[in-house]
Amino acid sequence: MTTTSEHVQEADTLSRRSGNRLVALVSRVRELGLLVVLLLIVAVVGVQVPEFLTLSNMVQILLSISILAIVAIGETLVILTRNVDLSVGSIVGFAAFVAANLFKQNPGTSLLLGILVGCALGLVLGVINGLIVTWGRVPAIVATLGTLYAYRGLEFLYAGGNQVSASDVPDSFLSLATAPFLGIPLLIWFAAVLALVFGYWLRASRTGRQLYAIGSNPDAARLAGIRSGLLVFGVFAISGLLSGFAGVLWGARFATVDATAASGLELQVIAAVVVGGVNIFGGSGEILGAMLGALVLGTIDNSLSFLRVSQFWLQAIDGAAILIAVTLDAFIKRWVQRLLITRRQR
Amino acid sequence: MKLLRKQLSAWSWEALLVVLLLLTIVLGNSLSPYFLTPFNFSLMVEGFVEIAIMSLSMTLIIIAGEIDLSVASVLGLASVMMGITWNAGIPLWLDIIIALAVGSLAGLVNGLLVTRLGLPSLVVTLGTLALYRGLAFVILGSQAVSNFPSAYTNFGIGDVPGTLIPWTFVLFVLLALLFIVVLHRSWIGRQIYAIGNNKEAARFAGIRVDQVKLLLFVLSGLLSALAGIVLTARISSARADNALGFELFVVTVVLLGGINIFGGRGSLVGVILALFVIGGLRNALGLINVSGDIQNIVIGTLLVFSVLGPNIAQRIQSALSRRRLAAGSAKNV
Repeated sequence: MTTTSEHVQEADTLSRRSGNRLVALVSRVRELGLLVVLLLIVAVVGVQVPEFLTLSNMVQILLSISILAIVAIGETLVILTRNVDLSVGSIVGFAAFVAANLFKQNPGTSLLLGILVGCALGLVLGVINGLIVTWGRVPAIVATLGTLYAYRGLEFLYAGGNQVSASDVPDSFLSLATAPFLGIPLLIWFAAVLALVFGYWLRASRTGRQLYAIGSNPDAARLAGIRSGLLVFGVFAISGLLSGFAGVLWGARFATVDATAASGLELQVIAAVVVGGVNIFGGSGEILGAMLGALVLGTIDNSLSFLRVSQFWLQAIDGAAILIAVTLDAFIKRWVQRLLITRRQR
Repeated sequence: MKLLRKQLSAWSWEALLVVLLLLTIVLGNSLSPYFLTPFNFSLMVEGFVEIAIMSLSMTLIIIAGEIDLSVASVLGLASVMMGITWNAGIPLWLDIIIALAVGSLAGLVNGLLVTRLGLPSLVVTLGTLALYRGLAFVILGSQAVSNFPSAYTNFGIGDVPGTLIPWTFVLFVLLALLFIVVLHRSWIGRQIYAIGNNKEAARFAGIRVDQVKLLLFVLSGLLSALAGIVLTARISSARADNALGFELFVVTVVLLGGINIFGGRGSLVGVILALFVIGGLRNALGLINVSGDIQNIVIGTLLVFSVLGPNIAQRIQSALSRRRLAAGSAKNV
């Protein structure tokens, strides 16, 4: 009697383990699929326009997505916990203007201080988001929609119609984005290092796994003793901090900054995250996926200009890419579920 | 008893909005002597009619537990359709029908993706937000069509003869009455609430959930296109970037109106009150030359506090009653 039940149990854990392995495999396949799409685009465009395949253009593509990628790291963490941060565009814009304006007013400011000011501003705004969501129990989409408006409005109030242009700021500030290190602009290094650090942390640390648990099932996570309130607060703070840092880089890269900088960035960031296979309802997805998502969208945008397609198509294609990605995800999910069911029946 | 309390708390939201509205009127009146003039009221309602129209269908969609972020893009696409069809020499009445049809089709695509494929509406309409706006740009580029006939543009800025009531506001009032009857007095309305409260239970109760949702998305497309036709007439210009970013504005109005973002709760009366609160505030601030971007501080803060305020009040209340209970039990010992 006991042996049979043990057998059953063993078989059950076995099938569950193989099920888990299957799910893990699929998420790998999902990212591999994105990589294949990326290579296909590069190959097709590269055959038609050889200049597309030059090293300098590859650097150009990476440069164009780096700021977005840094913001997408924080957004991925937030979305994993079944929340969303719509205020990132406003935070990036605010930090960009404050940092650029600091260098305009006091040209002697040290670079480090400028970065710190931008990051601190982002952190404070992120902490406010986190407090409203966790302590105030306001749904994240409502809270950050409100702060999207409020932060942008505050920036307008602070900027008062002024603009900072490239000639107003010291070259050292501008070099923060474009100065090469080992032949590659600093901006790309920042994004790559942050993605690796956060990607590894998310995958390997206990806190990282707890974020997945919160997103998969908030109630179960709480019952399991995970301090979800604190962690959700934390990811909003991190999202704000990364957006603040991205804002400083925005100022350095574009040099000309007014109060409308980075408007609408939030939608591009969420698009990259979703195309990268992060579930909008939390619980699954990886930083690496989000980075691939940003890379695919950035590569599409870049190839359009090489193919002499009107820039007006850009937005439509971005939209279509989101729809295709989520539709494919839905089919893959159905397929996996069917597969798991038949396995269990066997 | 529980139901009664629920009813009371539902009404107290609208009471709060009435108080907010009164405060807005007092504030507006103290800021500018022009605020309470009929002419200013006429200007104010003319300025938010498009958002008002879109917030009607958005209310229904959010009550049903979904969301449509593509409304402003559909508006832009409809505006562009008005422009190119008019330029092509097609008579105006047919232009309007084409624009409405394109809007409905855009809504149908949203609805099919959500109901047939089971995709989250937040993501689907985020995708079509970009797609539809992109199509508008592909069709018209950065051009503007502005040679519309005066019969059409007069509808956008004209008043009912002998009064200061804009024609477009009459249109909104008619639509609002229709929506109130449908949502609060008909079986369709009950079904929408049922779906938003518990989708599974609604399905077991025999409600055709997917069909109702599909219908709501088509309706949202149709009304967004109508808003596009109104806006094009009002500013007598069809452009691809018309109403850029309005979707967040519409959602703000609806949420401030007391509609629960997770569906199932709220009333159109609240949404209409919220419209006047936001419209009044923007108008009052505009009269003292506060720019639209800075006005958004007030709007954003209001949105956050509309949910935060009651939550904090509830927490304080429960903390107090807990303390009272603790004190009571201590006395008993």
